[in-house]
Amino acid sequence: MYHHQVRFIITNSFSSPHQPSPAMAVHPPHPSSTKQQPFFHNETQPKENIFITTHPISFFGVPLVNLNTRISNLELSNPTMLASGIMDEDAGSIQRIIDLGAGAIVTKSIGLIPREGYPNPTIVELEYGLLNAMGLPNPGIDHYGKELQQITKSKTPIIGSIYGSNASEFVTLGKKMEEYGVKAIELNLSCPHAKGYGLEIGSDPNLMQEIIKGVKNSVSIPVFVKLSPNVTSITDLAQAAEKAGADAIVAINTVKAMKIDPEIRMPVLANKTGGYSGKAIKPIGVRCVYDIAKNVQIPIIGVGGITTASDTLEYIMAGACAVQIGTAFYSEGLEVFRTICTDLESWMKHHHVKTLTDLIGVAHQ
Amino acid sequence: MNTLKIIKIRVCTTDAKDIKTITFTHPGSVQPGQFYMIWIPGVDEIPMSISTINEETKGITFRKVGEATTALATLKPGDLIGVRGPYGRGFTLSGKHVLFVGGGTGIAMLAPAVEQAKKQGIDATVVIGVKNKTELFFDKRIKDTGANVFISTDDGSFGQKGLATDIAMDLLKKNTYSSVLTCGPEPMMKKLLDLCKNIPFQASLERYMKCSIGICGQCCIGRGLRVCKEGPVFDGKTLQNIEDFGNYRRDASGKKIQF
Repeated sequence: MYHHQVRFIITNSFSSPHQPSPAMAVHPPHPSSTKQQPFFHNETQPKENIFITTHPISFFGVPLVNLNTRISNLELSNPTMLASGIMDEDAGSIQRIIDLGAGAIVTKSIGLIPREGYPNPTIVELEYGLLNAMGLPNPGIDHYGKELQQITKSKTPIIGSIYGSNASEFVTLGKKMEEYGVKAIELNLSCPHAKGYGLEIGSDPNLMQEIIKGVKNSVSIPVFVKLSPNVTSITDLAQAAEKAGADAIVAINTVKAMKIDPEIRMPVLANKTGGYSGKAIKPIGVRCVYDIAKNVQIPIIGVGGITTASDTLEYIMAGACAVQIGTAFYSEGLEVFRTICTDLESWMKHHHVKTLTDLIGVAHQ
Repeated sequence: MNTLKIIKIRVCTTDAKDIKTITFTHPGSVQPGQFYMIWIPGVDEIPMSISTINEETKGITFRKVGEATTALATLKPGDLIGVRGPYGRGFTLSGKHVLFVGGGTGIAMLAPAVEQAKKQGIDATVVIGVKNKTELFFDKRIKDTGANVFISTDDGSFGQKGLATDIAMDLLKKNTYSSVLTCGPEPMMKKLLDLCKNIPFQASLERYMKCSIGICGQCCIGRGLRVCKEGPVFDGKTLQNIEDFGNYRRDASGKKIQF
């Protein structure tokens, strides 16, 4: 056992597409490692039960498991992307997340002009997740462009998230994002708490299609569409997006929710309603991705409550080719990208899976 | 997780012109330099450094400047506020003799740091800089700890006429300090950092904050350093490499603004 552990650390340290987590060194091999472990587990089980290393992950510098994935023409060294709105307001913080091992970065949602967002409280920490109504704060595309140009030459793809109230605003923003060097565009058609933006226009399939077609005709980079679960049928919207020419679907945005404080007798968020994220919404996201995958051919990026490698696998098996991480950056800390990747590699080794992309959509079989 | 707690205000005091302290029950340990998010229901939620630290009770001290602090100033004992935290990293107190330099309301969060230092047997010299005599507060409280206290006012209405950094420069020439700890206007702290090239230095920064839990990026400086999480207290080495320090902050939209 000791042998395996040491070999894993040594081989992984110079061959993995991302830097290994030092935390791996303390994962003890489990005595039952030779038995097939059940995939589903709850938080009370130690994760070593599932993510065990019994074989080397690389051999003479050649990785034996491959976390690479692809979304349209974008190549990612691993499937963990930074979700929009997390730590991505300036070049410095984007660089920090790149250094932390994310496979791609999605920027804060950017509009035409600076927007302050809502007054505080903009966030509430709840038992099983976070509730937020930031209100799309952003410095506007021109100021943000100065930040982006410092960072878009990075090897890690940067995807520009944009929001607008009509197709022409999206087109202007999309063109500017492309000029600033982003590798793809994510259309925010799903923010649940910004009046006149996000979900309010994203739930109208005709308007959504007009926006997608407009942006697609104006840029040469891939266009992703981020959808909301707060609709009657997310699948219908995904199909409409595919028909309009979208290159990928991002699902899901946060779930519209509210927190009332009984002592104060009023909603805590200044905006009253907000978007709920984190562990609690993961099953909702997995179901959405599963349903969308049954009905569209374009790639899907899974998002919603992804905290561990096991969560990532659920989304991938439901049909996602990559995942986005947001709230886990708060709940798990800075190392979340590396921890997920290291644990994914361990899981793949244990289950004799060489290529992560082989697992996409396997839950449908 | 520091979930929101709704708490009754115990005591409200006026410490100087437009400067007030609110005390409430909030058990638990707090490092001098850490902060709370204070929710004034129906108005705003703002970061507030902790100015009094007792085992059972904590206090915040503020100047009436905007809508939130004006609303906070009208509250009375028994009124409810929301408190979450403590958040961030506070001061590290060590060495034989620490020089504290506080400017304006910055002195509010230095006061518990001086008290803590004295408790740990560290000698403390404190420079307090304010615009004029009416804005001076916590000078007696700090003197009562046994610290050497120097006071400057911009207009000379009390203590030495001039800036806190003038006094600090003089003290740094004449004495040896194990470290310099500061809180106040950022250009003042930047000037002080330039004076402290070879002395361990810690400064507490203030930035527009939204989430305060390290996720939204609003308060980031340099290479993604979160003032709410890695700060608000940063050391001199870190600050020397941050171009924004003393020069720029960002507004609610994230746009850079010069100090």
